[in-house]
Amino acid sequence: MPTLDSLSAYALCLFTKALTGARMLWIGCAPAATTRVYFANHNSHGDFALIWACLPEDLRERTRPVAGADYWLKGKLRTYVAQRVIRAVLIDRNAQTRKEDPIQQMADVIEQGDSLIVFPEGTRNTTEETLLPFKSGIYRLATARPEVEFVPVWIENARRVMPKGKLLPLPLLCTLTVGAPLTIASGEERDAFVARTREALLALRPPEA
Amino acid sequence: MTPIQVTYSLFVGVGAVLVVASLVGWTLKTAMAKGQPHATIDNLNARIKAWWVMVLVISLAFVFGKPGVILLFAFISFFALREFLTLTYTRSADYLALAAAFFFVLPMQYLLVYVGWYGLYSIFIPVYVFLLMPILEVVAGDTKRFLERMSKIQWGLMVCVYCISHVPALLALDIRGYEDRDLLLIAFLVIVVQSSDVLQYVWGKLFGKTKLAPEVSPSKTVEGLIGGVLSATALGAALWWITPFNPWQAALMAFAINVMGFFGGLVMSAIKRDRGVKDWGTLIEGHGGMLDRLDSVVFAAPIFFHLTRYWWAL
Repeated sequence: MPTLDSLSAYALCLFTKALTGARMLWIGCAPAATTRVYFANHNSHGDFALIWACLPEDLRERTRPVAGADYWLKGKLRTYVAQRVIRAVLIDRNAQTRKEDPIQQMADVIEQGDSLIVFPEGTRNTTEETLLPFKSGIYRLATARPEVEFVPVWIENARRVMPKGKLLPLPLLCTLTVGAPLTIASGEERDAFVARTREALLALRPPEA
Repeated sequence: MTPIQVTYSLFVGVGAVLVVASLVGWTLKTAMAKGQPHATIDNLNARIKAWWVMVLVISLAFVFGKPGVILLFAFISFFALREFLTLTYTRSADYLALAAAFFFVLPMQYLLVYVGWYGLYSIFIPVYVFLLMPILEVVAGDTKRFLERMSKIQWGLMVCVYCISHVPALLALDIRGYEDRDLLLIAFLVIVVQSSDVLQYVWGKLFGKTKLAPEVSPSKTVEGLIGGVLSATALGAALWWITPFNPWQAALMAFAINVMGFFGGLVMSAIKRDRGVKDWGTLIEGHGGMLDRLDSVVFAAPIFFHLTRYWWAL
């Protein structure tokens, strides 16, 4: 019996795919039901929905986006979507006021066998830069759960579909390219791991024509 | 025969061709490839399968008559335009122009075609939108690669919306002794232009030796072009009974369609080369994107429309 939540999830996937014609190219690995952390470039609020909608259904049910509570708990609809539809792991981005450690929250979800979607830039990239520097969170998560595979996903065109501050999305085509999984090496330094993951993500960009 | 009977027999004929094609594809797969993966044969079979889907979609649109056909081509334009603009360099300042292209210009053009306002739909994009786009661009204030960005959106609209909309515009032509048969004019155009593509492919695969335009489209050959265009012209002549033309007029029309279609394919290939891609998209399995299937229609439709209108319409 489909529930309201699962119907909303289905509708969100259908809408996202119809709008963006999104397809996922698995060039570095095959879809697998192992626990993974998908990390991607972040250009628009639709990025969560894009990755999430493009994952095969059985993986989607076990994959939770990590999102800022400040944005997703504003308003009834956003809260509903975040909590019930995409089952986001909501983190408090304000280090002063937060009660829970975000890294611990993510590690706990992985412990339960779910996968994560994270954006290591920490915020939406609204600059002209291709990719902002990564925050160290990805390294801290890797140290907390060293067995987990980190899978890079390059999202092409999402910025053009939903430019900052615009309400109406443009129906341009998006492509998501999935690279080869990385795991942290024993004793790997923070800067080395952060640089390695960032390079792996940048390597998935389509060639500039 | 009544128009309905003609349409039925036409679709039965197309269906029969597809049945034969499917049988050939299946025989090649089992006898030649022995069921193993084979790039050319698998692509051929994917193409044939996609043809079944495309013919079914067109038949469905024909069932709903004029509104169905116009809606179908509006969607075709939409898919083509999004493929075109996705491969085009744009900046965030282009938002307004792009939003207008998708949400205003495209529906407006098809609405004008639907109400049959020839005086406006024939100049709406080339005149009004031609001037509107630079205005929307200049208001945004970003001058980087300004002329290039503006022209590419205009070109996308001309090709994907204006040119394609001339296929359903055939419905509005008023031809003496050809009342209620306008759908057949669309069938004639689509069958001739698409069979020309297929026949050029088949002739090229069977006898192709001399490369025609290695820089632009390496798979096109002189043998494919001549064999394809001549046989598709003969097919057009043989279809004279569904048109307002007599056999030699139908042949000339088919020839014009084929030549324009050929150059359309060549021009759209050149754009893809320039952008460094092989296909416009991935919408139709085995064919590529919507524009890969339509590149020849884009160039043939307006010319066929105007030739027919000038000599036959009231």
